[in-house]
Amino acid sequence: MTTATNGVNVQALLEAREVLKGAPEAAQFTWRASAKWQSGVHSTIKVQSFFGLGQEQNHKQEWTFEADHPEVFAAEDDGITPIEYLLVGLASCLTGGIASVAENRGIQLRSVESVVEGNHDIRGILGADSDVRNGYNDIKVTFNIDADASREDIEALVAQSQKRSAVFDALTNPTNVIVEVA
Amino acid sequence: MTGQSTETVTTVVIGAGHAGLAASHFLSERSIDHVVLERGEVANSWRRERWESLRLLTPNWQSRLPGLRYEGPDPDGYMTVPEVTEFIERFAKLARAPVRAGVNVTSVRRADDGYHVTTSQGEIRGRTVVIASGACNRPSVPPLREAVPATVAQLTPFDYRDPAALPDGGVLVVGASATGVQLAAELRRSGRPVVLSVGEHVRLPRTYRGRDVLWWMDASGVWDQRYDEVDDLTRARRLPSPQLVGTPERTTLDLNALTSLGVELVGRLAAVRDGRALFSGGLRNVFSLADLKLGRLLDTFDEWALTTGLDGEFGAPERLAPTRVPESARLQLDLRGGEISAIVWATGFRPDYGWLDVPVVDAKGQLRHTGGVVESPGLYALGLPVLRRRKSTFIYGIEDDARAVVGHLAGHLSTTSQAGG
Repeated sequence: MTTATNGVNVQALLEAREVLKGAPEAAQFTWRASAKWQSGVHSTIKVQSFFGLGQEQNHKQEWTFEADHPEVFAAEDDGITPIEYLLVGLASCLTGGIASVAENRGIQLRSVESVVEGNHDIRGILGADSDVRNGYNDIKVTFNIDADASREDIEALVAQSQKRSAVFDALTNPTNVIVEVA
Repeated sequence: MTGQSTETVTTVVIGAGHAGLAASHFLSERSIDHVVLERGEVANSWRRERWESLRLLTPNWQSRLPGLRYEGPDPDGYMTVPEVTEFIERFAKLARAPVRAGVNVTSVRRADDGYHVTTSQGEIRGRTVVIASGACNRPSVPPLREAVPATVAQLTPFDYRDPAALPDGGVLVVGASATGVQLAAELRRSGRPVVLSVGEHVRLPRTYRGRDVLWWMDASGVWDQRYDEVDDLTRARRLPSPQLVGTPERTTLDLNALTSLGVELVGRLAAVRDGRALFSGGLRNVFSLADLKLGRLLDTFDEWALTTGLDGEFGAPERLAPTRVPESARLQLDLRGGEISAIVWATGFRPDYGWLDVPVVDAKGQLRHTGGVVESPGLYALGLPVLRRRKSTFIYGIEDDARAVVGHLAGHLSTTSQAGG
């Protein structure tokens, strides 16, 4: 039945789902990022280790990300804006989800492209108007997908990828955030 | 023990609703001696745990029990709660079910050759037990109810009778399956502002191409899909009831109908924090999921009509307008501001197996069974969603289920009958 080759090892994911149904403790992951202030509003963030499947794990290499603000914010622009990282996360999560669901449904993808736009009223972060929130007012994702499937099937892929997306959930639902000084 | 005698029967049936009574019907047909234990009276939850305006979701012609079918003047109508109660009562009499009313089962545990049942009226030993105590014994309410300010009244469908019982003011209805959409509509019509919190849901039109949508479910074979043919059985069994209402006008009660009534739609209730209800921003996607799923279901109906050559007998295929997305759905609601005076938790129901001392209940409180055959020899279940087929969820499905389950039970009795008597 499944003839699509989108490069997603769906079999492994389905097997993991079965195993973790009976072992919820192994399903508890902790993702980590370590940040270091450089100067101004520029910081460098490194990501390598995480915890999961009952033990410490590592990405095969350490990844480094630069975060700063653009020159219109009177900054050096040595990296993207932190709030843009949310767009990076959302786009990549939904795209990966589309590939996985397509693989599982036997749909061959030829190209998946998207544009993610977050509308942000910066009067919030500047403290210029206390009625304006700090974060995005809304986010719009527009997909352009070329695949061996009807429009309805492609819409169903996109809907299912949102339904199973960690970042979509993290952005659309509140999360307890604890910030402490060690 | 205290010398109190233990009664012995071949089969103990727990619950005298449609499922327990259907089991009784087939047990009698096979001359298997049994008792039907009922905590209250026949059709108890219909008498005590339903709101005033409720009607069955299934049309009258589908209200069918073994040897009893609707013969009234309105086969396309929907029974009111008193009518359902009367229908089930009539079935109990017709089936001559040996019902013991007012008997509360407090424990069922394994014994050497079957089960030991402790009740409020004494001890019973049965070689087999049929659990027909229902799937909706308790309202399911999320733990976040505890964070709701005390000034807001909280009701479950078990507490709710009619709009007059609620304090004046706005109502937040949480949950948009059959219960939630029905109560939201009724409360809105009573003149109250209503906010409806919508998570994943099943959208259905009441009629399609001139027939009841449940006629299509049945005729096209969707309802006959067996539990072992369903892709994701756990999901199918947890699926919320469809957005349907049984009214004489056979109207559709989807989210567009509610929006037209003036009900405000918001996303799934995600948290209550500092007295504010926070809703998911994913409302648009739950609309898409439901609209796409409905489209696929209607495609199935249309294909069935074509392949059976019946296409000409119905109106033309129709497609419903997409669910209208609110201009800007609110993401939070101040529960302390006075806008909302009551919350109705239409967040589903769950069974209660607190009395079942046999390790056959999973971590989520659901009975582990295969088509009604529970993982403990001689123990059976009836009257649960998608028990053996998709139609098992409805009264209509009980006849086939009860016949099959009692058939298995009879087989179990014959293979385990004591050699020496």
